[in-house]
Amino acid sequence: MQMIEEMLEQAPYLRLNEELATTLLTTALREEVNKAGFNKVIIGLSGGIDSALSLYLAVKAFGPENVVAVRMPYKTSSPASLEDAQAAIDGTGVESITIDITPQIDAYFEQFPEATPLRRGNKMARERMTILYDLSAAYDALVVGTSNRTEILLGYGTQYGDTASAINPIGDLYKTQVRQLSAYLNVPEQIITKAPSADLWEAQTDESELGFSYFDVDRLLYFMIDQRYTLDQLRALGFEDDFIERVSKRIIRNQYKRTMPIILKTGTRTVGMDFRYLRDWGL
Amino acid sequence: MRVGLAQIRPHLGRVDINVELHREMIHRAREEQVDLLIFPELSLTGYNLLDLTYEMAMDPFSPEIQRLAQEAGEMDLVIGFIEHSPEHILYNSAAYLTAGNLHYLHRKVYLPTYGMFDEGRYVGQGQVIRSFPTRFGQFGMLICEDFWHLSAPYLLAQDGAHLIIVPSNSPGQDLTGPELRAQESWYSLLKNYALLSGTYLLFANRVGTEDGITFYGGSAVVDPFGKIEKKAGLFKEALLVVDIDMEKVKKARFQMPLLRDENLDLTIRELNRIKRKRTGEGTW
Repeated sequence: MQMIEEMLEQAPYLRLNEELATTLLTTALREEVNKAGFNKVIIGLSGGIDSALSLYLAVKAFGPENVVAVRMPYKTSSPASLEDAQAAIDGTGVESITIDITPQIDAYFEQFPEATPLRRGNKMARERMTILYDLSAAYDALVVGTSNRTEILLGYGTQYGDTASAINPIGDLYKTQVRQLSAYLNVPEQIITKAPSADLWEAQTDESELGFSYFDVDRLLYFMIDQRYTLDQLRALGFEDDFIERVSKRIIRNQYKRTMPIILKTGTRTVGMDFRYLRDWGL
Repeated sequence: MRVGLAQIRPHLGRVDINVELHREMIHRAREEQVDLLIFPELSLTGYNLLDLTYEMAMDPFSPEIQRLAQEAGEMDLVIGFIEHSPEHILYNSAAYLTAGNLHYLHRKVYLPTYGMFDEGRYVGQGQVIRSFPTRFGQFGMLICEDFWHLSAPYLLAQDGAHLIIVPSNSPGQDLTGPELRAQESWYSLLKNYALLSGTYLLFANRVGTEDGITFYGGSAVVDPFGKIEKKAGLFKEALLVVDIDMEKVKKARFQMPLLRDENLDLTIRELNRIKRKRTGEGTW
């Protein structure tokens, strides 16, 4: 795809070995799910590129018969999102469920008519999470995550909402890499090319809300995090001070979203401190 | 001599299941008339044990290891486990078993404790790098990170090893190159060290994923000329069987007498000087 190719030519260090990435991600996803005792997975499908990529990877790992896609629109969600999600469902042949979250969201906010869009957006994200986890039990299917590395680092997600999952195959991929791999796996083009959006209100886009483009921030994050460049070295690459500072503040301020809740230590073997086991303990 | 590299997928903290995986591979290898079967690092326990290290630790004479040695019959065996020493120090160890008995034990010396690794928190550092005699010739063992220290294969080659066994747990990261970066580095190290030391190298790496970290496999046999004779595929269990020709060690060393020309006295003298310099003793 022209747009992605141009980005990767400008930032070749972000270019994934698509075949290798697909093999590693699908093999590891299958193993992690199977050894937890599951053969099926369930994914919340928003119509955006991240959940579409998770869906396509899951279908490659488990086959369409073992993947369930759930669409959970709210009344203000864009109809295009629903259609794009449908294109991914048709493209993969998975079973899909659509649950309108409007009744429960509206019932709750009747008590808080003054609630800000942020509160409403977070509530919707958490409502979707509880639905996915409920259906996870109903379908005996693990919840597969859909947050990419860029939004995890920026903290651009709702804690215990869209950031919640049992396993996340795309959490170490920058948005630009999500785009590259999506094109490789034949995710419908309309999903790849449209402007990324949390779709919480009309005409919202991630990039206007964040104040920078994913491609720019991916390049900055690569040098800042992966390559551990100093401020001076980042400046030398042409990144503006204001941009560097805004991004770096976001990363630090949102560390809480990337950790388990803090436990106040009183005992000798505290969970997460000196009681240390992998989740794959005994699997 | 026929060697087998058992590229298995151990279960974390499940010695019972892992013993079964070993038995299956032992049976397959025996059917293929393998003389020496090599399992990866920590093959009996899995890798990132954290607090499980204490629970997994076992005596090298433990019944699990003894039984596997018995089952191997005529075949020699290398297996990886957490060793519980008489001093109650835990080690990341590899046991060389022959004729049903423990023949040689290598304790991992270089414990990666950086980045995604935390070994030094749980296990003690081995203190010995030595070659040992086997019925096939003089061998040496190095566990994974040991092999990244120039001095380790150097010492074994100087100590007479014709073949070095490298049980490993190498994880994949960085998917931007033609190969996984660690895999590229490993093959490059193996080829260069084999060439520089005129020894055979047997790299036995595991597969499988532990909490999102994926071990890639790609086990390989590298000849003393630095050529990869055979390698296993990525991400999948495999038994890589290779006939190796120990005559090649002689050929390689006749062709390039690096070992003959190595000046051990000079190396030791200079290392002693460097050590005195670092500790601020004497003049240099």
